[in-house]
Amino acid sequence: MNAATINRWFGRSWLGAGYLFLYLPIAALVLYSFNDSPLPNVWRGFTLKWYAALAVDEELLAGLWLSLKVAFMTACGSVVLGTMAAFSLVKYKRFTGRTMFSGMVNAPLVMPEVVIGLSLLLMLVSVQRAMGFPERGQMTIWFGHMLVGMAYATVVIQARLHDLNPQLEEAAMDLGARPHQVFFLVTLPMITQSMLAAWLLTFTLSLDDVVLSAFLSGPGSTTMPLVIFSRARLGLNPSVNAVATIIVVLVAIGVVVASYLIARAERQRMLEMAAANRA
Amino acid sequence: MTTMRQHLRSLLSGRAAVIGMPYLWLLVFFLLPFLIVARISVSEMQNVTFKDLIVFKDGLLQLTLKFSTYQFIGDDALYIDTYLRSLKYAAVTTLFCLAIGYPFAYFMARAKTTVQPALLMLVMLPFWTSFLLRVYAWKGLLSEGGWVEQLIVGSGLGQLLFQAGLTETAGRLMNTPFSLVLGMTYTYLPFMVLPLYANLAKMDLRLLEAATDLGASAWVAFWTITVPLSKAGIIAGSMLVFIPCVGEFVIPELLGGPSTLMIGRVMWDEFFSNNDWPMAASLAVVMVLLVIVPLAIFNKYQAEAQEGQK
Repeated sequence: MNAATINRWFGRSWLGAGYLFLYLPIAALVLYSFNDSPLPNVWRGFTLKWYAALAVDEELLAGLWLSLKVAFMTACGSVVLGTMAAFSLVKYKRFTGRTMFSGMVNAPLVMPEVVIGLSLLLMLVSVQRAMGFPERGQMTIWFGHMLVGMAYATVVIQARLHDLNPQLEEAAMDLGARPHQVFFLVTLPMITQSMLAAWLLTFTLSLDDVVLSAFLSGPGSTTMPLVIFSRARLGLNPSVNAVATIIVVLVAIGVVVASYLIARAERQRMLEMAAANRA
Repeated sequence: MTTMRQHLRSLLSGRAAVIGMPYLWLLVFFLLPFLIVARISVSEMQNVTFKDLIVFKDGLLQLTLKFSTYQFIGDDALYIDTYLRSLKYAAVTTLFCLAIGYPFAYFMARAKTTVQPALLMLVMLPFWTSFLLRVYAWKGLLSEGGWVEQLIVGSGLGQLLFQAGLTETAGRLMNTPFSLVLGMTYTYLPFMVLPLYANLAKMDLRLLEAATDLGASAWVAFWTITVPLSKAGIIAGSMLVFIPCVGEFVIPELLGGPSTLMIGRVMWDEFFSNNDWPMAASLAVVMVLLVIVPLAIFNKYQAEAQEGQK
C-alpha cells in the first residue's frame, strides 16, 4: 500500500465520519418522530400520532404562519438591500465612508445575536417613546431579520458580481445604454441565480432565528422557533420531532431540486456559449 | 473643482440612491442602536425612562455619566468569570472546528471535480435545516440511558471525559461542558468548512507538484505550502466560528448546565428577568469591545478577499 492509497482511504473515512457526524442528529430526529414513546431512547413501535397532534397544535401552527410571513418579507427585503450594497461595493471603488460602510455590512455576519437584538430593541423602544410607533411585533422582527439577512445577501451577491466579466457591461454602454438600462438588462440577468441563492439563504435564516425574534417580538407575535425553543427548554417533546421531520424533508427536496435545476441551467449555458463561439 | 450644481447633481443621481439606501439602513438600524446602547449603559433609570444625560438647569450645563454598571462588572467576579468562560468555550469550539473541519475541507477540495458539487451540497443541507432543531436532536441523543451514552461509557471514553473535567460524573453526558462544546462544534462546523473549502479548491496544485519535484515529501509539502496558502480561509473560518460563539445563547441554554454559564445568558437574564437595562447595555458594550479585535481581523480579511478576487 503506497502513500497515495493510504491518503485516499484516510480521506474517504474522514469525509465519511464527518458526514455521519453532521447527519446523525437529523436521522435521530426523523427516526424518533415515529416512535410511540415520549422518551427517545425507548423504541415502542411505529406511530403517526405525533403528526396528528401537530395538525391541531394551534400555537405551533400560528407560529409557523407568522414565521413564514416574516421570512418571506425578510428574504425579499434582504435581497433588494443586499444587491444594492453589493453593487455599491463592487462598482463604486471610492466614495465617502466606504470603509465604514464595508465594516457595517460585514459586521452583522458575525456579531453575537444577543448584542444585535438588545441594541435594536433599545433603539425601537426609544423611538416608540418619542414617536409612538412602531409597536413591537411583526414589523420589528422583520427589521431585525433584515439587518442580518442583508449582510448574508451582500456576501453572496458580491461574490458573483466580482466574477462577472465587465466587458459585457462596457459593450452595452458602448452601444448607448444608460446606466440603469445596463443594470436591468445586462447585469441583473447575470446575477439572478445568486440573488435566488441569497433569497433562499435569508429565508432559511429568518425562519430559524430565535434570539432576534425573542428580543423583538411583542405579545401575540411568537414565531415558530420561539415556540419550539420554549418547549425544548422544558424537556423532550416528540411533536417537535414531527415538525423537524417535515422541515427536513421539505428542505432536502428543495435543495436537491434546486441543485438539479442549477446544474441543468449551467449545462445549457455552456452549450449556448459554445454554440455562440462556433458561430 | 466641482461646482455646486455638479455636487447637487451627483447627490440626486442614481449612484447616490444605490449607495445611499443600504447605507442609511445600516446607519439607522446598526450604528444608531449601538450608540443608544452606549448611552443607556451610562444612564440612570428613573421609573421606566432614563434621566437625560445633559441637563441645562439654572444656567448650569450638567453632564451626568453613570459608570456604576461598569464598575460593578469589574468588581463582581461573576461577570469577569463569565466573560472569560465564554471566551474559553468559543476558543475551544474554534479549535475543534478547525481540527475536524480542515481535513474535511481538504479532502473535499481534493476529491474528483465531478463529485465536489455533491459533497458541497451534502455539507450545505444540514445548514439549511433548522439549527435549533438539530441542537434539540443532540438533547435527545445525549439524554440519560441513550445509546450514545452507553457507547461512550462502554468504550471507556466516559472515564476519559470525567478525568478531563468535561463531565460531572462518569455517566451523565447532558448539561455538561462536553455537551456544550459538542453542540457548538456541531452547529458551527459548516461555517468553518465552507470558507476553507472555497480557499483550498482554488489552490494551484502545480505548486505542490513543484515541491515534490524538488524533493519534498507529501507531509512537508502540506505543512510548508498548503497550510500557509490557506491561511486566509483559516482566519475567515475561525472568525466566523469564534465571534458568534462568544455571545451564543441558544446552545448553552439547551445543552449546557449550571457550570457553563456564558455571557449571552447573563445578558438575557439581566434584560428579561432583572429588567436592568443599563446593566444589560453595559454587558453588551463590554462584549463588543471584547470581540472588536477579531472583528477587525475578519473585516480586514473580507476587504482583502474582495481585492484579491479582482
